Amino acid sequence: MTSPRIIVRQAEKAKNNAKTRAVLSSIPLHVVLLVIASLWFIPALGLLVSSFRPPDAIANSGWWTALSGSFTLENYQNVLQHNDLGQAFLNSVLVTVPTTIMTLLIASITAFAFAWMKFAGRDLMFYIIVGLLVVPIQMTMVPVLKMFTSLGITGTFPAIWLAHTGYGLPFAIYLLRAFFSELLKEMLESAEIDGASPLVIFLRLVLPTSVSALASLGIFQFLWVWNDLLIALIYLGGQPSVAPLTVMVSNLVNQYGQGWQLLTAAAFLSMILPLMVFFSLQRYFVRGILAGSVKG
Amino acid sequence: MNHIVMLLLASVSIPLALIGYLALGEGFLSRLAKNTAHRVRPWIWIAPALILLCVFLVYPTLSTALSSFKDATGDLFVGLANYKFIFTNPDTLASMKNNLLWLVFFTVGSVLFGLITAILADRVRYGGVVKTVMFMPMAISNVAAGVIWKFMYDYRPAGLPQTGTVNAVLSSVVPGFEPIAWLIQPATNNGALIFVGVWMVVGFCTVILSAGLRNISEEVLEAAKIDGATDWQTFRSITLPLLMPTVLVVATTMVINALKIFDIVYVMTNGNYNTDVIANQMYKQLFVTQHSGQASAIAIILLIAIAPVMVVNIRRYREQMGSAA
Repeated sequence: MTSPRIIVRQAEKAKNNAKTRAVLSSIPLHVVLLVIASLWFIPALGLLVSSFRPPDAIANSGWWTALSGSFTLENYQNVLQHNDLGQAFLNSVLVTVPTTIMTLLIASITAFAFAWMKFAGRDLMFYIIVGLLVVPIQMTMVPVLKMFTSLGITGTFPAIWLAHTGYGLPFAIYLLRAFFSELLKEMLESAEIDGASPLVIFLRLVLPTSVSALASLGIFQFLWVWNDLLIALIYLGGQPSVAPLTVMVSNLVNQYGQGWQLLTAAAFLSMILPLMVFFSLQRYFVRGILAGSVKG
Repeated sequence: MNHIVMLLLASVSIPLALIGYLALGEGFLSRLAKNTAHRVRPWIWIAPALILLCVFLVYPTLSTALSSFKDATGDLFVGLANYKFIFTNPDTLASMKNNLLWLVFFTVGSVLFGLITAILADRVRYGGVVKTVMFMPMAISNVAAGVIWKFMYDYRPAGLPQTGTVNAVLSSVVPGFEPIAWLIQPATNNGALIFVGVWMVVGFCTVILSAGLRNISEEVLEAAKIDGATDWQTFRSITLPLLMPTVLVVATTMVINALKIFDIVYVMTNGNYNTDVIANQMYKQLFVTQHSGQASAIAIILLIAIAPVMVVNIRRYREQMGSAA
C-alpha cells in the first residue's frame, strides 16, 4: 500500500513537471509575440529617435547608436521655419475639424430619420448607402474636380470640407443608424417620447444618450481626414498656404529623398495629434471598428 | 490668424446652420395638414445628406462611367478605345499585376498576422501592451508610415555603415550578408511595400478577429479540452471554423484596401522600379497625361473589381436586418 504521503509527493512532482512543461512550451509563444511586437514598435521608435539627432550623425551611424551621441531640436526648428510645416499643421486642423463636425451632424440627423421615420423608398435608399460604402474615391475624382473648377472653388477649404463630408457620410450614416435603432427601441416605452416632436426627441433624448457612438465616429472621421493624402492632393493641391501635413510631408520625401533629419521630424509632427487622440480615446476607437466593420 | 478665425467661424456656424435649417423645416411643417407633414418631414431631414451623396458620389460615378468612353478632354465619344489602351499599355498591365500581388499577399499577410496576434495576445499577461503597440499604426497616415519604413529599408553599399535598420540587423546576424536596396531590387520591392501595408492594418484585423474569438462559446472549447483535444486540434476543428465568417469579413475589407492602395506606393517609390499600382496610374493619367477618358476607364475597372464585395455587403446587411426584425 502506498502511504498518503508518497501520493502527495508524487502528485507534487507531477504538478511541478507539468509546470516546467507549461513554461517550456510557452517559450515559443513569448518569442513569437515579442518578435511581432518589436516589428511593430521598433520602426516608430527609430523615427522618433532620429528626429532628435544632428544631420551628420543620422547620415553616418544607425539610430540605435544615438545614446552615445548628442540630441538636438534643430530638425524641428528647420522643418517648422523653412519648410512651412507650421502652416501645414494649421491647414490640417482647418481641413479636419470642420469636416468632422459637419459629418457628425449631417449623419446624425439623417440616421435619425432612417431609424425613426417611415417613408417611401427608405429601405432601398439605405441599401444604396451600404453600396456606396465601398465606392472607390477614384470613381469621383474627375467629375468633382471639373465641378470645383467650374465653380472656381478648387484649392479652397470649404470645397474640401464638403467633399470629405460627402465621402464620409455613407459610413457615418450606416454606423449611427444601427446605434439609433437600438436606442429608440429601448426608448419607445418611456413617457417622454409620447407626442414629443421629432426635433425634441432628437436633440433632448437621442443625441445626449449617443455620446459614445458619436465619439467613436468622430475619432474615425478625424483620423481619416487628418491622414488622407489623395483627396487633399487633388482638391487642395500643393500650395503651402492650403496644403495639409500629408501633402507637405510627401513633397518633402520627393525633394529630400535622403534628408532623414528633416523627413523624420516632419513625419513625427504629422503623427503627434492623431496619436494623442488615438491613445486618449482608444476605447471608443475599438468600439467604432467593431460597429462598422463593413466599411471598405 | 486668418486660419483660426475661419476655424472658429466654421465650427460655430455649421452646427447653427443645421439646427436652424431643421427648426425652419419644423416651422414649415406645422402649417401643413398633420398627414402631409408626416410624409414630408423625413425628406427635410435627409435632404442635406442626400444632396451631398448625390453631388459627391452618385452623380460623379455615373459621369465617370460616361467619360470612360470619351477622349482626353471628354468631348468626343471614342467607344472602347480607353479600355483597349488600358489592357494593352505595358504600364497599366504591370500595375494590374502588382495590384494582384497586393491582393493576395496583403490580404493573406494582414489576416495571418491579425489572427496570430488575436489568438496569442490573450494568453500572456502583457497581451494588452502588445495589442496597443500594434494598434498604433492605425492612428498615423500612410505617408508617415511611408517615411518610417523608407528609413527602415534605407540602403548603403556594403562597407559603409548601414543606417537602415533592416540592412543593419541582417548584416550583423547573417554572415556575409550583402545589403539590399529593398525598394529598388525587383525581387524585393513589391514585397517590401506590401509589408508596410500589412504593418498599417494588422491592428484593425486584430480588433475584429479578437471580438470574433470572444464570441466563441467557452463551453464548446472547454468540452473539447475535456475530450482530450490538443490546443492545435481545438484551434483547427473548432475555433477556426467558428471564426471563419469573421475572417471573411476581415479578408473582404482587406481585398478592397489592396485594390485601392495608393499612398504607400506614391510616397515610397512613386511607382518606379516596377512597383506601380492602378490607383497611382489613374492619378498619373489625370495630372501627368491629363487624359480624363483613360483616368475614368481605370476608375471603372477598379469599381468593377470591387463590385462583388459591394453585393456581398448589401446581402449580408439584408440578412442582418432580416434576423433583427
